[in-house]
Amino acid sequence: MAKVVVVTSGKGGVGKTTTTAALGAALAQTGDKVAVVDFDVGLRNLDLVMGAERRVVFDLINVARGEANLSQALIRDRRVDSLYLLAASQTRDKDALTEEGVAAVILQLRERFDWIICDSPAGIERGATLAMRFADLAIVVTNPEVSSVRDSDRIIGLLDSKTVKAERGERMEKFLLLTRYDAARAARGDMLSVEDVLDILSIPLLGIVPESRDVLRASNIGAPVSIGNLASPAAIAYIDAARRLGGVPVPLVRPEERKSLFGRFFTRRAA
Amino acid sequence: MTISEANAIRFRGRSYFALTLTPEAPLCGWLKRLDACLARSPGFFCASPVILDLEGLELAKSDAVELIESLAQRGLRILGLEGASAQWCGADLPPAIASREARAHKMTEISAAEAFLAPLTSKSPPPLIIEEPVRSGQCVTHAQGDVIVIGSVGSGAEIVAAGSIHVYGALRGRAMAGAYGDESARIFCRKLEAELIAINGLYQTADEIEARMRLLPVQIRLAGGAMRITPFE
Repeated sequence: MAKVVVVTSGKGGVGKTTTTAALGAALAQTGDKVAVVDFDVGLRNLDLVMGAERRVVFDLINVARGEANLSQALIRDRRVDSLYLLAASQTRDKDALTEEGVAAVILQLRERFDWIICDSPAGIERGATLAMRFADLAIVVTNPEVSSVRDSDRIIGLLDSKTVKAERGERMEKFLLLTRYDAARAARGDMLSVEDVLDILSIPLLGIVPESRDVLRASNIGAPVSIGNLASPAAIAYIDAARRLGGVPVPLVRPEERKSLFGRFFTRRAA
Repeated sequence: MTISEANAIRFRGRSYFALTLTPEAPLCGWLKRLDACLARSPGFFCASPVILDLEGLELAKSDAVELIESLAQRGLRILGLEGASAQWCGADLPPAIASREARAHKMTEISAAEAFLAPLTSKSPPPLIIEEPVRSGQCVTHAQGDVIVIGSVGSGAEIVAAGSIHVYGALRGRAMAGAYGDESARIFCRKLEAELIAINGLYQTADEIEARMRLLPVQIRLAGGAMRITPFE
């Protein structure tokens, strides 16, 4: 049974594209067939993060309008065999997407893949609502700061009302992925803690991705962070999150539990 | 006698909320004040049902027609007339909701009607129960009765209730109780972090709420025209 996952957040710059690429690559490395789909029409980025920008010929809009077939538009990853990218168009805008077109593409993807991961654009307009429209489950990417948390809360409300699943009266599965988390800053009170965010959003936690230089480096070299340096804490966090998504009960270690003791120790010494 | 299915028509009585406009003499002065009000908030009457209360104006029919036309020019569509003469009824005027004559007779008729209606009307309207968190951007409006939220009300969410508001979680958004005029309405929550609280139109923003009440389980009510917040022990 194929699963359609939307990676969404409301707010921009919190790590949706990074997450789509990293989770997609991690799931594909377990042998599942995975398609990552860029819904950010007009501001596409997923092709860059996946390192496939030189190979884009046809895109989501072409397939949705029947100008190209799906096989022509899917770009196979050079590192992981079962990972494919469906890029967004850079020359169009979000109004070029229609609900019927997206429905048809998702239906075709369901026949060929185990996971279809939709990278939502920021905002709550057409692009974002169509990215979530046909999803079976949602990953809400949130940074530990108030504006990101409130935007996520807004998105959760939309997931529960504007998706096909919600309209049928079924329950939309939603998971929180906390990204750019800095345990030391959370301990100092500069950032919201994991508890604060969970208390406000009250959805299950899929993982905590620590703030890491590896993420920026991975984006710039065009390799999902979960391929390559597997010792990186961010890579480990994404690989674990992907396993949880696949139903493997991987225990979740909260970074502050490890580091806050450390922090307290040092502040006491300084005082 | 039985009525076959094909001939049966079902009528239902329903009550709705409508705004009531009460013009005051002299009418030209009142219309000026209305214009000033509309200029401040242009969308206020937009698409809402409005009842015109003519009680105490002693207008002739032609004056009433003129008044309704001048309101129509301002985008106000009158759904019905209150306190108009029963002889006025016709295609050029909205229907009478309660006529002058009917009002005069009301006192005598009501005792008979009361016996019949009392069991129906004394029943309090059912509360609206929401079993999940109210998220940022969502607006819950309940025009009759209480609103009960089993979960939190997010920052940027809004609850508007005719009666009281009960939040079994944190109240982080806005809560407006007694919003259609009820000073006995209250707000209850397990954790007060509200952006705005209001009862019967009287409101306080987060800045004005006593700081020591923040994060506490509280009830909020009106006492002597002021908002009073009391924490639960």
